[in-house]
Amino acid sequence: MSQVLVVAPLLIPLLAAGLTAVLRRHLSAQRWLGLASAVALLLVAARLLWETSDGRILVAQMGNWPAPFGISLVIDLFSAIMILITGVMAVAVAIYALGPGAQVRDSAGFQPLFHSLLLGVCGAFSTGDLFNLYVWFEVMLIASFGLLVLDRTREQLDGGLRYVMLNLVGTTLFLLAVGLLYGLTGTLNLADIARVAPTLDNQGALAAVGVLLLVSFGSKAAVFPVFNWLPAAYHTASMPVAAIFAALLTKVGVYAIIRVFSLIFAHDTAFFGPVLAAVAIATMVFGVLGAASHHDVRKILSFHIISQIGYMLVGIALMTPLAIAGSILYITHHIVVKANLFLLAGAIRSEGGSFHLSRLGGLWIMAPMLAILFLVPALSLAGVPPFSGFWAKLVVIRSSLEGGAVIVAFAALSVGLLTLYSMVKIWNEAFWKAAPADAATPAPLTRQERIATYVPITVLAAITLSIGLWAEPFARLSMTAAESLLDRTGYISAVLGAVPTQVSEVLR
Amino acid sequence: MSLLLAVSIGVVVSAAVYLFLARDLPRVLIGFVLLGMAANLAILAAGRIGPWMPPLVPSGAQALPAGAGNPLPQALILTAIVIGFGLMAFALMLIVKAQALLGSVRSEDMHEAETSATADAPLLEAEPYAPGRTVQPAASDVEAEKTRHAS
Repeated sequence: MSQVLVVAPLLIPLLAAGLTAVLRRHLSAQRWLGLASAVALLLVAARLLWETSDGRILVAQMGNWPAPFGISLVIDLFSAIMILITGVMAVAVAIYALGPGAQVRDSAGFQPLFHSLLLGVCGAFSTGDLFNLYVWFEVMLIASFGLLVLDRTREQLDGGLRYVMLNLVGTTLFLLAVGLLYGLTGTLNLADIARVAPTLDNQGALAAVGVLLLVSFGSKAAVFPVFNWLPAAYHTASMPVAAIFAALLTKVGVYAIIRVFSLIFAHDTAFFGPVLAAVAIATMVFGVLGAASHHDVRKILSFHIISQIGYMLVGIALMTPLAIAGSILYITHHIVVKANLFLLAGAIRSEGGSFHLSRLGGLWIMAPMLAILFLVPALSLAGVPPFSGFWAKLVVIRSSLEGGAVIVAFAALSVGLLTLYSMVKIWNEAFWKAAPADAATPAPLTRQERIATYVPITVLAAITLSIGLWAEPFARLSMTAAESLLDRTGYISAVLGAVPTQVSEVLR
Repeated sequence: MSLLLAVSIGVVVSAAVYLFLARDLPRVLIGFVLLGMAANLAILAAGRIGPWMPPLVPSGAQALPAGAGNPLPQALILTAIVIGFGLMAFALMLIVKAQALLGSVRSEDMHEAETSATADAPLLEAEPYAPGRTVQPAASDVEAEKTRHAS
């Protein structure tokens, strides 16, 4: 039973992608099938979280090949949290995608691509094999290419080309790193690599592979200095697509960094800790400065993704239980908040007629509900209590103070202030000021479109509020997940068994 | 043998990087193909190369005989080639589409995504896709193309 449960987050999106592709001409059937599959994914993910919430690790060996010969799927608490949040996002975006523009999107093939993307993301979260991780990255990437240029407008082609080219190079570097790591350790199973890595003679080569992996995962996660593709591309995508990208794609990169560096390079924290801390600080600062200089809602939000990635890297830079718990809490909070802000940007566009701040205004009068719903994720992103961002930032800053990284704490605090600045900028310009003379008057939403737009926004805002007001269970889960992440021997023995097969020693 | 492979990987990577610096995207794409080849060669080199026996289990035996080659790198490379081919085909289609829609394959001619985020940009609506429809490049683009060829 637990074997089926481990594979279910892959089977459900795979089935949905296949069926929606077959139902190409039946748009309405596609839509409801997609929504049903997203709900099923959410339910399975909730069950997975329930199974792993005490720190247990679920392992399934594909084709019944014993690890490390076959591909292992490994779901620990961290993976389960990420899959659950993927399920939440899948449902939210599937509902939102019923809103304005659904007809055009679906006839261009939104549903199969959307579920392929979910397949790649869930695969990356549940695999225990480095080469398999590469394959899931590619599944995710090719689906995201298709989604990004879905409307086939000129700006999407331009943004899409930049996105495609830079990501192709990033994944090829990942492939190169996989090859080199295989040459060093003789195995591709993450647990087996983690077992062999500290005993290698050639630690210098291992560190080089680590840097290569950091560059390739970093280019997925949009960290400094390889973040340029993100603000060049994300704002061109249609809003449901941008929301799911903002929620999941960069976080898969962060997940891969945390997973690989806590497993394989944990013994080399003295080298990677300062490197990661410097990258984290630079990512925070450059992202938030980019956001401060822009006046298009989508551009501001895209740059904020980058700045927030910096906070998530603090945990892996410090490598203490509290710091990693902070990263996990931050990822959870950020995915909900950031996806919600992109959904809200779409709603601002449908209510106010533009994404550009100078063309917007008076939304407080026109759509007071939207204004209040905007305030929740916006203030949460900046870290204002009592919203979820406050607790996430608190844990990150406290752990960096305890770890003696005062500069990180200072950067995190001042970047939070600048985040507040750009959120207030959107609030002032779009909601508070009087509507400008040349404001566009968009077509009013139909009743069904209005429901599809506001239901996911409200639910995500409610999740943000409940993390903020009832932080205890979320903090406890993150803490358990962090402890099981740092317990490398537990992971290794769960995957390989108590007496691991010494494949690399036999082969060498 | 390993040294030869290492040197050729280095040469292929440097050729790829040189092509990445090109202005027109088809060259960049060829650079990507070369980089993928270099990564594949690196995997091959990582998994023991030399005068090994073919990795075939003799009938009746349970395991590979001693001195057999390592079959795993081939499997990995095969997977990587298939994936790389798919990505390359997609990127090539994107470039073809860019030629049709934007009228250029040079990265410096493309700033649609940047101008669309400024205040005076026209409101872009997502147009429904009509197969076979190609958009003529704007007159100013055609002029720019002519002056570039003339100079």
